[in-house]
Amino acid sequence: MATQLKETDESGREILDSVVIRFAGDSGDGMQLTGTQFTQSTALMGNDLSTFPDFPAEIRAPVGTTYGVSAFQINFASHVIKTPGDAPDVLVAMNPAALKVHLKDLVPGGTLILNLGAFTARNIEKAGYKESPLEDHSLDSYRVIEIDISKMTLAAVEGVDVTQKEALRAKNLWTLGLMCWMYDRDRQPTIDWLNQRFGKLPHIAEANIAALNAGHAFGETAELPSEISTYVVPKAKVEPGIYRAVTGVETTCWGLLTGAQKAGLDIFFGSYPITPASPLLHSLSNLKAYGVVTFQAEDEISAVCSALGASYAGSLGITSSSGPGVALKSEALGLAVVTELPLIIVNFQRAGPSTGMPTKTEQSDLYQSVFGRNGDTPMPVIAASTASDCYDCAIEAVRLATKYMTPVMFLNEGFLANAAEPWKLPDTDDVEPFPVEFASETEGFHPYLRDEKTLGRNWAIPGTPGLEHRIGGIEKDYDSGNISYDSDNHHKMTKVRAQKILGIADDIPEQEVVSGNKSGKMVVVGWGSTFGAIEQATRRCQEDGLDVSHIHIRYIWPLARNLGELLKGFDKILVPEMNNGQLVTLLRSEYLVPAESLAQITGQPFKVSDLEREIRSRLED
Amino acid sequence: MNVQSPPEALKPNDYASDQEVRWCPGCGDYAIVKAVQKALSNMGADPKNTVFVSGIGCAARFPYYMATYGFHTIHGRAPAVATGVKLANPDLDVWVIGGDGDMLSIGGNHTLHVLRRNIDVQVLLFNNEIYGLTKGQYSPTSKVGTRSPSTPAGSVDSPVSACVYALGCNARFVARSVDTNQKVLPGLLQEAKENKGASFVEILQNCIVYNDGVYSSFTDKANAADGQILCEHGKPLLFGKENEKGLRMTPGKMELEVVTIGENGVTEDDILIHDETNRPLALMLAGMQPPNFPVAMGVIFRDPGPAYDEAVYEQIADVTKKSPAIPINELMHKGKTWTVV
Repeated sequence: MATQLKETDESGREILDSVVIRFAGDSGDGMQLTGTQFTQSTALMGNDLSTFPDFPAEIRAPVGTTYGVSAFQINFASHVIKTPGDAPDVLVAMNPAALKVHLKDLVPGGTLILNLGAFTARNIEKAGYKESPLEDHSLDSYRVIEIDISKMTLAAVEGVDVTQKEALRAKNLWTLGLMCWMYDRDRQPTIDWLNQRFGKLPHIAEANIAALNAGHAFGETAELPSEISTYVVPKAKVEPGIYRAVTGVETTCWGLLTGAQKAGLDIFFGSYPITPASPLLHSLSNLKAYGVVTFQAEDEISAVCSALGASYAGSLGITSSSGPGVALKSEALGLAVVTELPLIIVNFQRAGPSTGMPTKTEQSDLYQSVFGRNGDTPMPVIAASTASDCYDCAIEAVRLATKYMTPVMFLNEGFLANAAEPWKLPDTDDVEPFPVEFASETEGFHPYLRDEKTLGRNWAIPGTPGLEHRIGGIEKDYDSGNISYDSDNHHKMTKVRAQKILGIADDIPEQEVVSGNKSGKMVVVGWGSTFGAIEQATRRCQEDGLDVSHIHIRYIWPLARNLGELLKGFDKILVPEMNNGQLVTLLRSEYLVPAESLAQITGQPFKVSDLEREIRSRLED
Repeated sequence: MNVQSPPEALKPNDYASDQEVRWCPGCGDYAIVKAVQKALSNMGADPKNTVFVSGIGCAARFPYYMATYGFHTIHGRAPAVATGVKLANPDLDVWVIGGDGDMLSIGGNHTLHVLRRNIDVQVLLFNNEIYGLTKGQYSPTSKVGTRSPSTPAGSVDSPVSACVYALGCNARFVARSVDTNQKVLPGLLQEAKENKGASFVEILQNCIVYNDGVYSSFTDKANAADGQILCEHGKPLLFGKENEKGLRMTPGKMELEVVTIGENGVTEDDILIHDETNRPLALMLAGMQPPNFPVAMGVIFRDPGPAYDEAVYEQIADVTKKSPAIPINELMHKGKTWTVV
C-alpha cells in the first residue's frame, strides 16, 4: 500500500515512499510491454522495484473476454522491497474485462484509470457485467479517471503514415506516457527502445513515440480531477554499485555462462520450447560467440539426451524445461545418474499437474526433482529465491555437476523467470575458478575410477588416446566399469551413488537464519521465490516483538548438514509453499520434526499480509 | 584435439573389445559386428575418435563389443544422444546402432530428425522384424499376420519399410544390405562413413530364436540371385542368376516392373539405369517387396547436402567474426545500467 509521507517536492509533486501499479488489458493490448518499459524507467530512476507479470496462456484470446486479460504489476519504492506488492494502489484497466478481473485487488480509495473508449455496450457485456460499472456506483469508493485513451491515441498519431489498426495498437504507449507523467518517469529509455525495436519500421516507431508523448502531454495540460496529483518516489538507499534491471532468465543465462567459463567448458544447450522456459533458449542462442551451441531439439527427450551426449563428449550439457517437460526427461536423467555425467536441468516450474496453468507460477516440482525417477536415483537439487540469486545458483549448479560428476536439478520458477528486479552487477572475478580436468592417464584407467574425496568418477572424453571405454544404463562393476549383474555390486553401486550426493553437504554452506533467533517459538521455512514475502511477513511480526524466525533453504538436496539441529530448536515449524506441501514432507521425513504446511496453490505469489496473518494465528494456537 | 596418429594398420580384430559377446549363438549380429570391424580396419579408423551410440535392444549391445568409445543409452534415444556427441565434438566419427523397435517404434521420432537434419553420423538399423530382447513380440516392421506372444492370432497392422521411411525423412544416403553378406556390407559401411551427413543403412538381420528365416526367401543361397537386386549408380538394374532379369518403368505408368531380357522384345537397352540421386526412383526401389519384386540392396539413394553440424559451426564462426565475445563482465554491463554511490 502506498505510504504517503504527505510531503511535496519543490515542483509540487507529492512524495511517496512506495507505490504499486497494475496495468491490465487484453492480451493483445501490450500490457507486458507497457509494464516492462515502465520498469526500465523506474529502475533508471534508482528506485528499488519488484514486478509480477501475470498473463494468460493464450497468445491472443478472444478480444474483450475476462480470460484474455493480461496484467503486469510493479512495486517500486524509496526503500528496499522484496515483493511485487500485495495489492495495487493504482489500477490501469484498458477494457471492462480487465476491470472485472482486477478491481477486487485494488486498495480501497485506490486510483483507477479507465480507457473509456473500450467501455462499449458490447465490451461491457462480454466482460460479464449486467450493468455498466461506470454507472452502477460500484466504483464510488475509488478515485476514478476516465479517459477515452483509444480516441486520444488516434488523435495523437494523426499525420503519421499508419493504418487505424496500427494507430490503435499504440494506446498502451499513450497510457505509459500518462503514467510517466504521473510518477515522474523519464520517457527517453522507451523512446530509445522503440527506435531500436522498430528500426526497420520507422512509421510504427513514430506512431508509438507520438502516442507516448501525447499521453504525457495530456497529463500536463488536461484538467484532471483535483484529487489526482502527481507523485515522486525518491531513490532507494541501496548498496553502492552499478545496477541494472534483470529477470531470472537473464541472470540464469549469465550464471550458466560464468559457471561454464569457471569450469573451462563450452556450453551445449539442448532444449524444446515450453512456457515459461523458452526465454532461456532464446537468450543462450544469442551467445554463439562464447562457444555456446544451442540445439532446439525435436522433443524434451531429445533435448536432454543431446545434452547428455554432449557432456559425454566433453561439453557442459544443459537442458531446460518446465514440469511436464522435465517429466519426459526423467528416463534420461536416470541415465545421467547411472553414467555419472555432468548435466544441468533448469526447471522453470509452473502450475501443474499435466499442462496445469502454463503461465502461472508454482513450486510443485520439488517431489519430481528429489524423487521423480525410477530406481534409487539421487541428484542434487538447488532452488533460486530471487532473480539475482538465479545467477549464483546457476554457477553453483555448474560447480556441483562438474566436481561430483552428476546431473543437477536447478529449480527456477515461472515467477522468477519473468519478474524483474534491480541487480547490483557482480564481478565474475569474484568467483573462484573450478577448472575441469579430463582423464588422460591410461595406467590403471577404468571409467568408474573415483576421486576418493568427492566420489566423483573420472571424466574421460572421446578423442583421448588409450581411454576408449563403454558406458551405459546397465549397472557397472565398481572395480572395472564393465557390465555387471552381480547383486552385491549393485548394492554397493547404489550406496556409492547415494553417498556421493549426500557428501555434497560437506561442500555447501551451513544453513543460516535469515532473520530472527536461532531457536525459539516458531521458524518459518521457505524455499524458492517465496523468500521476499516470507521475509517481509516475519520481519513485521518480529517488529511487533513476536518470537518468529525465517529460514530459507537453497539446497533442497542434499539438505545442509546443520538443518535438522537448527529446526529442532524451534517449537513450531511453518512451511509456506506454493504447492500442496512438498518441502514440508521432506523435512518431516528427514528430521522427524512436526513441521506444518501452509499451502497456497493459486498460481499467484503469496501476499505478505496473508502470511503475516497466518504466522500470528499459528503462533497463538 | 589430439593429433596423435593411430597405430599402423589395425586389423579387424583390433577393434573388438575384451568383453564376452552375449548374443544368441547364430545371431545375425555376429556377422554385422564382424563387417563393421572389417570396415573400420579397411578405413584405418582411429579407435579414439570413433564412438558407437546405441539405444536399447539386442542390437544396442553392440558398443560393448567394440574397442572404441561407446555409449549404450536408453530405448529409442540413440540418435538424440549421438546428435549431442557430434555437435559437441564434430571431429568424432559417430555411429548410431539400433534395431527396428528401437529406431522405428519407440524412437521413430528421433530417427526422423537425425536424418532430416543431416547430422554427419552413420545410422545402422538392424532390422529383424521382431522384438528379440523382450522375447519375440511383433515389431513395426513385422509382416501382417505375424504370430507372436502379443499377437497369437497374427498381427493386423501394416508394417513400415525402414528405407522408405528414411527416404520420406529426407535422408540423403539410404542403403540396404544383409547381415551375412560380407562381400557387400563392409564396403557399404565405408560408403556410409564417407558420405558427409546422415547415412542410413538398413541391415536385414536374422533373429535365430524368434524370427528365424524371415528373409530366407531372398537371402538363402539358392534364392539370392533372383530375390535381390544390387543397386549401383549408373549401371543397369539387372538381377538373376545370369543377370537375365531387370527392372524397367512400365510404359505409360509411374511404376516399376520386372522384365526378362530376350522375352517380349525386351533388350538390355530397356533396362532402367540406377540413378542414386533420383528420390522418386529410390522410393520405388526401396519399396519393392518379394515375391513379385527383388529386394533392393546397395546404395539406393545418395544426394549429399550440407551437414547440420558443419552449418552450426559455420554459423558460430560467422557470428563470432561479426561480433566477437567480450568479457562476461562487460556483457552484463551492456544495456541500461545506473550507478548508486
